[in-house]
Amino acid sequence: MMMQHIDISSVLRQTLACDLYSNLVTRKTGAAVRGQIEQLLGDAPADGRALTVIDFSHVSMIDFSCADEVVAKLLLRYADDDQASEVYFLFRGVTEDHWDAIEAVLERHGLALALESGDDVRVVGALSDGERRAWEAAYRLGDANADDVAAETGTDGADARDMLEALWRRRLVMRVNGRYVAVGGTRRHG
Amino acid sequence: MTHVITVPPSLDDHSFEQVLEQVAPLPDDAKLVVDARHVRWASPYGLTALLTFAQTRQVMPTLAVPELDDTASYWARTAFFQHAEELYELRGTYPKRRDAGESSVLLEITPIAKSDDVHDVVGRVQERAQRIIKSELKLESKAIIGFAMTLSEVCQNIIEHAGQGGWVAVQSYNWARRLGRRVVVIAVCDAGLGFRKSLESTPGHVPTDRWDDAAALEAAVIRGVSRFRDRGRGQGLAGTRSYVGRWKGKLSVRSGTARISIVPGWDDDVPLAEGLPAFPGAQVQVIIPEAVPETEGR
Repeated sequence: MMMQHIDISSVLRQTLACDLYSNLVTRKTGAAVRGQIEQLLGDAPADGRALTVIDFSHVSMIDFSCADEVVAKLLLRYADDDQASEVYFLFRGVTEDHWDAIEAVLERHGLALALESGDDVRVVGALSDGERRAWEAAYRLGDANADDVAAETGTDGADARDMLEALWRRRLVMRVNGRYVAVGGTRRHG
Repeated sequence: MTHVITVPPSLDDHSFEQVLEQVAPLPDDAKLVVDARHVRWASPYGLTALLTFAQTRQVMPTLAVPELDDTASYWARTAFFQHAEELYELRGTYPKRRDAGESSVLLEITPIAKSDDVHDVVGRVQERAQRIIKSELKLESKAIIGFAMTLSEVCQNIIEHAGQGGWVAVQSYNWARRLGRRVVVIAVCDAGLGFRKSLESTPGHVPTDRWDDAAALEAAVIRGVSRFRDRGRGQGLAGTRSYVGRWKGKLSVRSGTARISIVPGWDDDVPLAEGLPAFPGAQVQVIIPEAVPETEGR
């Protein structure tokens, strides 16, 4: 699996061609930053899996319009199970200063993402209780099949599979040889 | 014939309506003298609206500048005269140079026409806003980022919807007479399309039975409707509304003949004013007040 790290502040500086600004503001800037990210993702294998860390560590702030372009539209574009390649995202360095805008756009579009939080990863955004429980079980287990997740969450196998498939379509878990790995779980479990 | 328009001594979002009422019966090409000689105080809204007003006139109006030195000096520090020189024939004496170091002016009047202008404005305001919001308004640090986001979104409203440039100003002051507390105020004014025309440009737009400026403002400000079909649009004003609600502030948006307001407990404004004198474009004001302990019961 291909892994990539994208520092959003570097992309922002390249996009604006200036070092003065560290704020992700305006829809136009957001669209340009997303364009750059998509270009970088274009290097991913055409029919493989790629995990990309989207790093906000050096971004001072992000407004709603920019979050819509950089986060929501990026997730919408790649959460598509018809694509030949599977692109997964793990968000890093998201602080309280970014969260209001990101949370608002996730809610607006019914999206969710995997977020690094200290040494852990959690899933945030719009998820059903079942999806959240299944994701957390898969994350705890590291590498699981539907029956493992069913046992962990106290549901039946078919329900667990449905949840995991839904999470896979949303690119929140990876499907590897018939087993499921939560995005960010590989990092914790090697 | 020249018509004299008297500017009220205290010029804010409400008293600016008196200016528009005087102009309403006059043709767009009427020769005007805007008499601001007796103005003693002006809010950022008042000043940006005065500049916007000149942009709506077919014949360059004359502005008789404030006679009070303190007032003229303050207007100079906000960069009002610098911009007014291009929009009005200025009559009277006023400081030609802006003195630096005006702590209450967080952002002098600044033109907004493109995305880079918003970056510039947000970058310039951030440091000063941080100090004022924390130490003067006594709000949590979370309010600082929200303030910058709000400023960014209301400025973007010009770029996305006005179809021409506009003005932004940010100021903090002690609003002793109205509120008895310090406030930070953002004013953003443009003379562009306005909300009704912007929403009417939506492909397939079908006006409702009562489609007017007030309905357009309700759609945009309350329901987050945008002229763009993209589901992600309309979040800027929704976010602004939420920020204002969280910090017990006030949001007012005027466009055409209506003004819609999110009114906090400390204010007695009406939520929706209709039938106002027509004024092109959109004029937005955000007021964030100093925090008061709940026990004070204000």
